[in-house]
Amino acid sequence: MGGLLDKLFGKGSEQSAQIAKDRLQLVLVHDRTNLSEERLAQLKDELVELISRYVEIDAQKVDVFVENDRRASLLVANIPLVPNHRVHR
Amino acid sequence: MSAKVVTITSGKGGVGKTTATANLGVALAGLGHRVVCIDADIGLRNLDVVMGLENRIVYDLVDVVEGRCRLRQAMIKDKRLPELYLVPAAQTRDKTAVSPSDMIRLADEIRPEFDFILIDSPAGIERGFRNAIAPADVVLIVTNPEVSSVRDADRIIGLIEADEKGPGKLVINRVKPEMVQRGEMLSADDVIDILAIELIGIVPEDESVLVASNRGTPTVMDGGSLAGRAFNDIARRLLGEQVPLTLPEASLSWLQRFMRALFGSPNGRGG
Ligand SMILES: Nc1ncnc2c1ncn2[C@@H]1O[C@H](COP(=O)(O)OP(=O)(O)O)[C@@H](O)[C@H]1O
Ligand SMILES: [Mg+2]
Repeated sequence: MGGLLDKLFGKGSEQSAQIAKDRLQLVLVHDRTNLSEERLAQLKDELVELISRYVEIDAQKVDVFVENDRRASLLVANIPLVPNHRVHR
Repeated sequence: MSAKVVTITSGKGGVGKTTATANLGVALAGLGHRVVCIDADIGLRNLDVVMGLENRIVYDLVDVVEGRCRLRQAMIKDKRLPELYLVPAAQTRDKTAVSPSDMIRLADEIRPEFDFILIDSPAGIERGFRNAIAPADVVLIVTNPEVSSVRDADRIIGLIEADEKGPGKLVINRVKPEMVQRGEMLSADDVIDILAIELIGIVPEDESVLVASNRGTPTVMDGGSLAGRAFNDIARRLLGEQVPLTLPEASLSWLQRFMRALFGSPNGRGG
């Protein structure tokens, strides 16, 4: 919807409801799983190390995060593999 | 027939559990059902004053549990309605005076004679909360559209699920439609997105709730108030009726109504 409406409903400025929602979603990941940002980063490093023993991966692009499906939490890891033809043997 | 036991809980204090219990009790009794409200907030008795029955207390919940009277003797009849009773909490004891199995036994004793047993839970996740949910068939979780109360609601929902009482149904209380519309308050949709449980009611912030508690006449009794209508709708949903989940509209300004008529609701059912 247009800019006028956005102004009328305060959408132009930073909306605290959206901030509240984002903060809640983050804090609840930790509340539900006991997994802090630090522990998640540690888990990611170990995962990279482990998987690298089997297959070459692009460590810079590895993304590990927790996602919610209804009330269940999913640990999601996106681990880009380096294409075979680029691997030097 | 056996009563349905409905426990009203929240995690965080001060979000409207006692208000909800009193109003749902009055609404269900007003719809012709036999209702007992039990105040399980031992040491912080409140439901009696919100229902306006504080001057008629002789025995309380702990007197029943410790055998000083029968449950029937501790039940105060609300004379304004055909079948509404209150079992008050003890004021001078603490929550350890009652156990979860006491609560199950008491509920089972009166189940055959009533349609609903509403239990007003204390705040927290300790013994008092355990007592309140022990006999529950349905758990209502009350929250406000605000970060800390939603967070605590999430914790409670997890505990209720672990207890195999779950998932519970959500009451969002003290919603200010004009703030939701401005994007400065979580909408009902936002809260449901986050908590992912069934919504059973949205209750607006309403001065009539305070006026009602001043007088000891739950706002459902005065019929027309927005909060009263919202609680009445929750009562009907508890009875299995399909009542649309919308917030009463009257608190929108003419400009908001005009804009909404032109462009629709920008915040879904929360707006
Ligand atoms: N929908 C509402 N609108 C305005 N005030 C409310 C509403 N719901 C609750 N309150 C007020 O909030 C306060 C706390 O409510 P209460 O029912 O005692 O909460 P709890 O039992 O969860 O501690 C009371 O002063 C009550 O009047
Ligand atoms: Mg209370």
